[in-house]
Amino acid sequence: MSAPAHDPAKEPASFAFTPENLERAKAIIAKYPAGKQASACMPLLDLAQRQHDGWLPRVAMDAVADLLGMPRIRVYEVATFYTMYNKTPVGKHVIQVCTTTPCWLRGSDDIVHTCERKLGIGVGETTADGQFTLREVECSGACVNAPVVQIGDDYYEDVSPEHMEKIIDALKSGEIPKHGSQIGRQSSEPVGGPTTLKAFTTTQAD
Amino acid sequence: MPKLTIDGIEIEVEPGTSILQACEQLGIEIPRFCYHERLSVPANCRMCLVEMERAPKPVAACAMPCGDGMVVKTNSEVVHKARKGVMEFLLINHPLDCPICDQGGECDLQDQAMAYGFDRGRYGENKRAVQDKYMGPLIRTEMTRCIHCTRCIRFVNEIAGVPDLGAVNRGEHMEITTFVEKAIGSELSGNLADVCPVGALLSKPYAFTARPWELRKTETIDVLDAVGSNIRVDTRGPEVMRVLPRVNEDVNEEWIADKTRFAYDGLKRQRLDRPYVRKDGKLQPASWAEAFQAIAAKVKGVAGNRIAAIAGDLADTESMLALKELMAGLGSANIDCRQDGALFDTSARAGYLFNSGIAGIERADVILLVGTNPRWEGTLVNARIRKRYLMGGLKVAVIGEARELTYPYSHLGTGTDALQQLLDGTHAFADVLRGAKNPMIILGAGVFRRKDGPAVQAAVRKLAETVNVVQDGWNGFNVLHGAASRVGGLDIGFLPGEGGRGTAGILDGAGKGEIDVVFLLGADEIDTAALGKAFVIYQGHHGDKGAHRADVILPGAAYTEKNAIYVNTEGRPQQARLATFPPGEAREDWKILRALSELLGHKLPYDSLAQLRRRLAEVNPVFAAVGSVTPAPWAPFGAEGALDAAPFQSPVANYYMTDPISRASVTMARCAETFVKPAESAQERTGTHG
Amino acid sequence: MLRDEDRIFTNLYGYQSFGLDAARKRGDWDNTKALIAQGKEWIIEQVKESGLRGRGGAGFSTGMKWSFMPKNVTDKPVYLVINADEGEPGTCKDRDILRHDPHKLIEGCLIAGFAIGASACYIYIRGEFYNEGSNVQRAIDEAYAAGLIGKNACGTGYDYDIYIHRGAGAYICGEETALIESIEGKKGQPRNKPPFPAQAGLYSSPTTVNNVESIAVVPTILRRGAAWFAGLGRPKNTGTKLFCISGHVNKPCNVEEEMGIPLKELIEKHAGGVRGGWDNLLAIIPGGSSVPLLPKSICDTVLMDFDSLRDVRSGLGTAAVIVMDKSTDVVKAIARLSQFYAHESCGQCTPCREGTGWMNRIMQRMVTGNARVEEIDMLLEVTKQIEGHTICALGDAAAWPIQGLFRHFRPEVERRILDYRNAAKSLAAE
Repeated sequence: MSAPAHDPAKEPASFAFTPENLERAKAIIAKYPAGKQASACMPLLDLAQRQHDGWLPRVAMDAVADLLGMPRIRVYEVATFYTMYNKTPVGKHVIQVCTTTPCWLRGSDDIVHTCERKLGIGVGETTADGQFTLREVECSGACVNAPVVQIGDDYYEDVSPEHMEKIIDALKSGEIPKHGSQIGRQSSEPVGGPTTLKAFTTTQAD
Repeated sequence: MPKLTIDGIEIEVEPGTSILQACEQLGIEIPRFCYHERLSVPANCRMCLVEMERAPKPVAACAMPCGDGMVVKTNSEVVHKARKGVMEFLLINHPLDCPICDQGGECDLQDQAMAYGFDRGRYGENKRAVQDKYMGPLIRTEMTRCIHCTRCIRFVNEIAGVPDLGAVNRGEHMEITTFVEKAIGSELSGNLADVCPVGALLSKPYAFTARPWELRKTETIDVLDAVGSNIRVDTRGPEVMRVLPRVNEDVNEEWIADKTRFAYDGLKRQRLDRPYVRKDGKLQPASWAEAFQAIAAKVKGVAGNRIAAIAGDLADTESMLALKELMAGLGSANIDCRQDGALFDTSARAGYLFNSGIAGIERADVILLVGTNPRWEGTLVNARIRKRYLMGGLKVAVIGEARELTYPYSHLGTGTDALQQLLDGTHAFADVLRGAKNPMIILGAGVFRRKDGPAVQAAVRKLAETVNVVQDGWNGFNVLHGAASRVGGLDIGFLPGEGGRGTAGILDGAGKGEIDVVFLLGADEIDTAALGKAFVIYQGHHGDKGAHRADVILPGAAYTEKNAIYVNTEGRPQQARLATFPPGEAREDWKILRALSELLGHKLPYDSLAQLRRRLAEVNPVFAAVGSVTPAPWAPFGAEGALDAAPFQSPVANYYMTDPISRASVTMARCAETFVKPAESAQERTGTHG
Repeated sequence: MLRDEDRIFTNLYGYQSFGLDAARKRGDWDNTKALIAQGKEWIIEQVKESGLRGRGGAGFSTGMKWSFMPKNVTDKPVYLVINADEGEPGTCKDRDILRHDPHKLIEGCLIAGFAIGASACYIYIRGEFYNEGSNVQRAIDEAYAAGLIGKNACGTGYDYDIYIHRGAGAYICGEETALIESIEGKKGQPRNKPPFPAQAGLYSSPTTVNNVESIAVVPTILRRGAAWFAGLGRPKNTGTKLFCISGHVNKPCNVEEEMGIPLKELIEKHAGGVRGGWDNLLAIIPGGSSVPLLPKSICDTVLMDFDSLRDVRSGLGTAAVIVMDKSTDVVKAIARLSQFYAHESCGQCTPCREGTGWMNRIMQRMVTGNARVEEIDMLLEVTKQIEGHTICALGDAAAWPIQGLFRHFRPEVERRILDYRNAAKSLAAE
């Protein structure tokens, strides 16, 4: 975080929402009371980031500020406060390994090392081909399925180093690996099946 | 009214009073960094923690409203522990560079560390270093020293109304920044150096030039606009080192404009430090006696109606009175203190004053600005309007140029047609004015530069009278002057006498050879080319336009070099005080005139400033009450006449260069380069110019 | 053990669809109109009587919180805000509600919103829960389409909108006023209190902020009666609770259990026991990362509820049980949490901004022993300088784990410091 919040060398000259995203932006703004359109700042930054290869150049922050009638500095404050806004370019796949205590207890260090070895980059770096960015993140909030790795919008859970290798291989070959538990758990139930609510383990008959 | 007990003392306070304010009423000092009485209260520094009965943990005194029955302790073990803890946290990442820090000696952190700091640091880790930020030509940053109190952010957001500053990142990486290396686009930016409690934001021009304890402090007033901001001039030997604000709630509160604060380097450049006499077409250094003799030789035998005098914008009232009486002795009625050629009816004092007072803006609920850009013509007046706007429920409308002000307004039009519609009641805003409790009209000085000045004055008076701008206990008819000398000059009648000529007439006469001698008392904003063959005497302090045209130069004193009275736009006479002596052979202005008068055979009847001031009070009793405003009775003024449809124009084209001092200032030149030029060229690019 | 018929979150694990039809079959939205018809006072009274305490960590009475809302507000809107910014390390219970049982939450939002007189509800979902948020949005869309919310919600004549607002990566937004700031489009910096959200919250309007679980249990409480809920658990610690058991257990899981269940029973019954057996247990953080850890000796007998855990100088928090067996470097485990809090400090107020970084740096050195023994007391003093002096509770949350570590494992840290010294000495001697 001590790095400059934006890198002028990589700054595009301009940013504009696509017509479709502008429509989405309007729908987002409509969720908030009249005059409170600043509330749409965060979702609009997300929208801009999704449109712009996963990162937010300053011109995109300006575009959001101008659209919402906010002072630009207020938007910079927001963009630099929240960790999900990328202020510098990122790889196509952003691999975010949770390393907070519950994941660490279950081997997240090994997952990080696997990624580093496999990708040939360190934490916080992006591969030369622009395919992968590796990050450590704070608690992902899926602790009973630790270790957890978030790639894009998806959580990969109960990940072992072997799983991690397979996931990266799949991504490299253009596949989207199946997210969720890598050891076959439905979700947060104990391995081998729930100790409770066994009657609810089958889908309902319609 | 809540009643509470603080340190065993019972106190009853107004509802909404914070514990910190209640403590101040009791004389109990509460240490603080983020709290500033004129800014919002974030309670983030945590230095003001106090113990409150029934509260599970210490509370921030600045943000906790007093409640009935509260029992507060400010001096307990818990409180001291809390404060010492906070102090230690503030210091762990603060550099120990006080010996080279400009804030040293007047630093809140330094002072409070004396009371709450440990005698040694326990922080063994690496200290944080923060990249400095560019904030323009006036503010120097040393961001490693920042303690994140956010006063600067709140100042620019709230007072300056220019949201250019913010805090990016979070946690210990939080940084105050403009984010995109951007100068703070406000004429109030210098105040940032004052609101910053540490040495993070500092005055750039003052950097490394002095230590506070070696400075002599003189309480005086500013004359670079007509607000009359109260200032303190800090000098070392013969040099002005810096200018700081003094609190005057009625005038400038505790802020000053950037020109007021930073033009002082102009006092050291282009100075007239000795008399000059033009010989063989060139100005040659001369002695006082030679200069006086040259004048006497020229004036002798010239009829009074062929002599004239114009007073400039920085002239003090005493010297204007002396000059007026000298001119009377010489038989001349050709005098004017309106070098800009302003035309208005001066018969009623209420017709040319900011009658409500600057503080009166806070009572207004509707403000109509006519032909003025208050941001540049009276920065602190503009700041007061913004303050009023933040209080809520203010409506502002503008007739004239649609400038970027620091509050929203509706733009009614650019010229007199909008004014006429308001008068006719055909404009919707007329109803707003009529419905207001305390409506206010602010008339810019530029309005009177027009030929229809007196007619506009009359029209606005009529409007004022129809929409209750003037009522019992309220007079919202306000003229915002730009020249510090103006109201003083008007109050003593430095105006054409019976059959006399005004500025335009003098210039016209000089050009036609009907005026032989023109005395310029610091008048530089006239068209000197129009003076024709007239013999020009220039008395003033800077080698500006007037001096270049002069045949004799009498070196006078700048506002920091004399004891003199100026009357601000409200009609408030205030005293400027000598902080340094005039340079070289230059002298205080009234003394020069007194000496000259003797040689010209019309000796002025005062030998001391006290005697001159007594005379001043005889001429106009308002001068008997220095510091306060004598309300002006409402009376008819203005002159019926046709209104010109031409758009109103602000007289200030470049805020940073309005007078001989600011024009001589390198700092002001940098500001103009940074703030005015880019805006102008942008305007040209987009073709919205004119 | 809690009987299945007393479990509220029957689709906790998502074996069934989260959609409206399936939810209805599980009993959701069953004549909600009749519940609302009982009136605001009845709802608030029922929730109070049930003894429900906030499931977000602080454990304040939910019914009481609602009763603080001003009555008959006409000049401003009133808001209900749902805190789904789940991020307390160890905690992942709300995630299951959001993705598997969103209709419980939405129905709860309607009832709670009605009870406090709200006109709209914002559900603040942490940004990383992208798919979870999408499920909630689909459930909201279904509810609108079915007339359950929106204009004339459930045919009650009450108009009520529910929106989701996604976060973007900031733990501090789980603090209710930071969360409100975040919805307003600002940095998530907690506000000073007073004013409390009930007086001036979202957009300066009266606002109640509740945790997902607190709201999602409300419809069931009203249907089955306050007495049913109050009859579970122990006095003042009533009802059922979602527990998250992570770390060194054989089968980490989420499970709904009765309040007051013995910690050991919870772990052995549902999480397959501690890795290597109960005797291999070193310590447990019983309520999410913010609460002090407990050594095995306390874990042997302690009950999992607010008051029991308070009595052993820890807390129930979010009921996230982080288990550490004897292989754990407990200093590192806590140091990692110090790193977490330093990373998540908003930076607004001095003790937290400066103190969390300082504590983290010392803790990282303590992991290797690169410290002086006196620094332990200094570190504890620093925790005390933060605790209770900050705008919000993050400062306390950063201080407590460290205090807990030294309360129970001080000799371990001292040993490391000595070892480090001796190693340095022998290195110097070579």
